[in-house]
Amino acid sequence: MGNEVPTESTTADHVTVDARGLSCPEPVIMTMEAMKSAGAGTSIEILVDTATSRNNVMLAADNRSWQCEATEDAEGTFHMMLKK
Amino acid sequence: MKLKGFLTSRWGPIITGLVVGVLAPILVFAGNPGNMGVCVACFTRDIAGALGLHRAGVVQYIRPEIIGIVIGSFGSALAFREFRPRTGSGTIVRFFLGMFAMIGALVFLGCPWRAYLRLAGGDGNALFGILGLAAGIAVGVFFLNRGFSLGRSRPAPKAMGWVMPVLMVVLLILLLAAPLFGRDAEGKAVGPIFFSAEGPGSQAAPIILALAVGLVIGVLAQRSRFCTVGAIRDLMLTKSFHLFNGIVALIVAAFVTNLILGQFHAGFSGQPVAHTNQLWNTLGMVLAGLAFTLAGGCPGRQLIMSGEGDGDSGIFVLGMLAGAFVAHTFSTASSAKGVAAFGPWAVIVGLVICIAIGLTMRERALKP
Repeated sequence: MGNEVPTESTTADHVTVDARGLSCPEPVIMTMEAMKSAGAGTSIEILVDTATSRNNVMLAADNRSWQCEATEDAEGTFHMMLKK
Repeated sequence: MKLKGFLTSRWGPIITGLVVGVLAPILVFAGNPGNMGVCVACFTRDIAGALGLHRAGVVQYIRPEIIGIVIGSFGSALAFREFRPRTGSGTIVRFFLGMFAMIGALVFLGCPWRAYLRLAGGDGNALFGILGLAAGIAVGVFFLNRGFSLGRSRPAPKAMGWVMPVLMVVLLILLLAAPLFGRDAEGKAVGPIFFSAEGPGSQAAPIILALAVGLVIGVLAQRSRFCTVGAIRDLMLTKSFHLFNGIVALIVAAFVTNLILGQFHAGFSGQPVAHTNQLWNTLGMVLAGLAFTLAGGCPGRQLIMSGEGDGDSGIFVLGMLAGAFVAHTFSTASSAKGVAAFGPWAVIVGLVICIAIGLTMRERALKP
């Protein structure tokens, strides 16, 4: 269930983590794992679909000194770009 | 980086905790049972009794606080454009998590909210419940770190998000109308709504006050994401004090309010709606803590999310209603006299099932 959407896709300097629809605190766990394994200069994009998850991911990024910018698309998905 | 809005800032959980900590003892002062200003488990259990889902005559009442919390959250979510109907994440599993969370909480005699409120009223037995709660959350965190997931929810039609709020309006009508059109063989009125004539179910703050407090809590907790289980979980998982500060605020505010109102009585025996069997105070809350953690939040948080349109949280709440039926029909719920005949067995069965859920549900692929 739900795995037709890839959870994570990776290129050399960009990682996308799709945490849409997942319960608290799964999006935060996935974000922390992505931040942990990201190399220098890597940007991470996290996708979530509730404001709660958006805020939690932003707090987790902020606590680890990652910069985070959030935007919302027309379908209500929050895209968060994390950079260090 | 700044988060928009005061209540979504780091102050949100603290403000919510302070407000709950002041209002809950006031509800006790106004008529609610001792150290039970707000207890999502006890109140849901009372509602189950009022609807005739169990026959424990002393715990039957439609608690307006629960109605207020869901409707407050619903209104707040609509106002702040956070009403997002969704469902489909391990729905039936969440029903049973709600059921076992309730069974565990009723062995201890309180949800996490009441555990903190009991402590703030001087009830030393609550320490064992909170210890068990933390242990249960730790087990849940272990599963989360292993990739536990109930899978993704999907956006649902707007109408689905109205189900739980409308159900709460129906409960409010039943509370106010208290219909008695059922008749027994002798023609005496027998429901369908049952209200306790004695015991904790008969002790209640005025409806308008209880409803208003519920609404305030619903709005504040929706904005601040206040969660009495997430608080401890996040400490363990991310070392974040964000939600935990709210719990500290709640306990301090309730302690001070209880002192002012003359409701602080330190001790272990003779505490209101509590027993002194520390083994099962602890293990009951281990079960509840694990079930709440696997479901993503404390019972208050589940009510809040059901108001935001989360159908899976709504199912969790209905599972809690079913848990109240099991607890009082199968003699697993404790009372002030102590642990019930089958309480320990129910906790053991619940722990086995919740651990099996933790081990087997791993929908979230951590690596592609």
